Amino acid sequence: MSARDVTEATFAAEVLNNPKPVIVDFWEPWCGPCRAVSPILDAIADDNAETIDIVKLNVDEFPDLAAQYSILNIPAMKVFKDGVVVKTVIGAKPRPALEQDLAEFLA
Amino acid sequence: MRDLVIVGSGPAGYTAAIYGARAELSPLVITSSVQMGGDLMNTTEVDNFPGFPEGVMGPDLMMKMQAQAERFGAELLFDDATSLDLTGEVKRITVGSGDVIEAKTVILAMGSEYRKLGLADENRLSGSGVSWCATCDGAFFRNRTVAVVGGGDSAMEEATFLTRFADLVYIVHRSDQFRASPAMLTRAQADPKITFVTNAAVTGILGETVVTGITLDHKDGTSSTLEIDGLFVAIGSDPRTALVESQVALTAEGNIAVEERSSKTSLPGVFAAGDVIDPTYRQAIVAAGSGAVAALDAQHHLEALKDERSLE
Repeated sequence: MSARDVTEATFAAEVLNNPKPVIVDFWEPWCGPCRAVSPILDAIADDNAETIDIVKLNVDEFPDLAAQYSILNIPAMKVFKDGVVVKTVIGAKPRPALEQDLAEFLA
Repeated sequence: MRDLVIVGSGPAGYTAAIYGARAELSPLVITSSVQMGGDLMNTTEVDNFPGFPEGVMGPDLMMKMQAQAERFGAELLFDDATSLDLTGEVKRITVGSGDVIEAKTVILAMGSEYRKLGLADENRLSGSGVSWCATCDGAFFRNRTVAVVGGGDSAMEEATFLTRFADLVYIVHRSDQFRASPAMLTRAQADPKITFVTNAAVTGILGETVVTGITLDHKDGTSSTLEIDGLFVAIGSDPRTALVESQVALTAEGNIAVEERSSKTSLPGVFAAGDVIDPTYRQAIVAAGSGAVAALDAQHHLEALKDERSLE
């Protein structure tokens, strides 16, 4: 299952109160690097479905959440554990590099 | 074994693919996994590409080039070349998945990568207000103050784009001479939201958790601080040669060296096109032209190989 979209309404349930660690991909449709990294995150989500959830948040639709998490550059991938950001990765990267950055949270 | 593999998917790579496919060389384009379409994917309006009198969005132009290459049978691999072995008769390209692709000819069209300022706090604050992509990050600076560093077309374009969001955009440039084209420079100079700071070199980036300012050294010997919320770096780029620099000859400027008016590198069967060979012009149309040259050179090389074999 690939990464699904979250909204302001579902953020608490899907991210903050999720028993699993969650990677939130803060993105925007007209950001080229965001579009490029999106299928890579889908693939990582598919291969690590047991250990981690990966969701996408469109910062254009939900600017308040983007501001709350101090998003200034996208794509920004933030790992939430027990409702708290424990890791941030900025910018599109090839899958091996991204997996290396996220290694501690992957299966 | 493939006749032709093209490494890179900017205007040079896709134009080479169009020509190569039409010459029935069934080219494979290794596009990269996250930078397919090249630098134009992160731009907005492109007003100087012939054939688009009203201008065209950079990503649209690249999608059209991709579609045109695919229409004639070019195959795309959305992966990264991780190592290249180009010295032998059979060229071997390893990609991120671990697969090894063999080819008789290779066109190198890897483009260039953005130059960094080289300042201590640049990496620390990257993602916290230091950016290389105005189209990605501009909207986060609504009603704020930002600075663009650089004096070329990309600096002018980014600054002009950022005025959609920011209240005030500084263009900080170390000289008072600009590489930017008069059209782009004039447009930026006429913009009431843009303020030029010339003869000033950025010496530091300030901010604990997010960018709050930059320090400048001025040509007259003085220093100053500029309070900003975001810093966009557009000081040019360097040819992306790391994968091949130990195998092909480079120029003094660090580009892949090609024989004059051709795309031939120092290795037989290896051709190069686009920004990776170009220290001077660096335009989409020039890259596209050199991509066509490279495909034609590769085609002639393959024909010569075939002739040699039939004589043997």
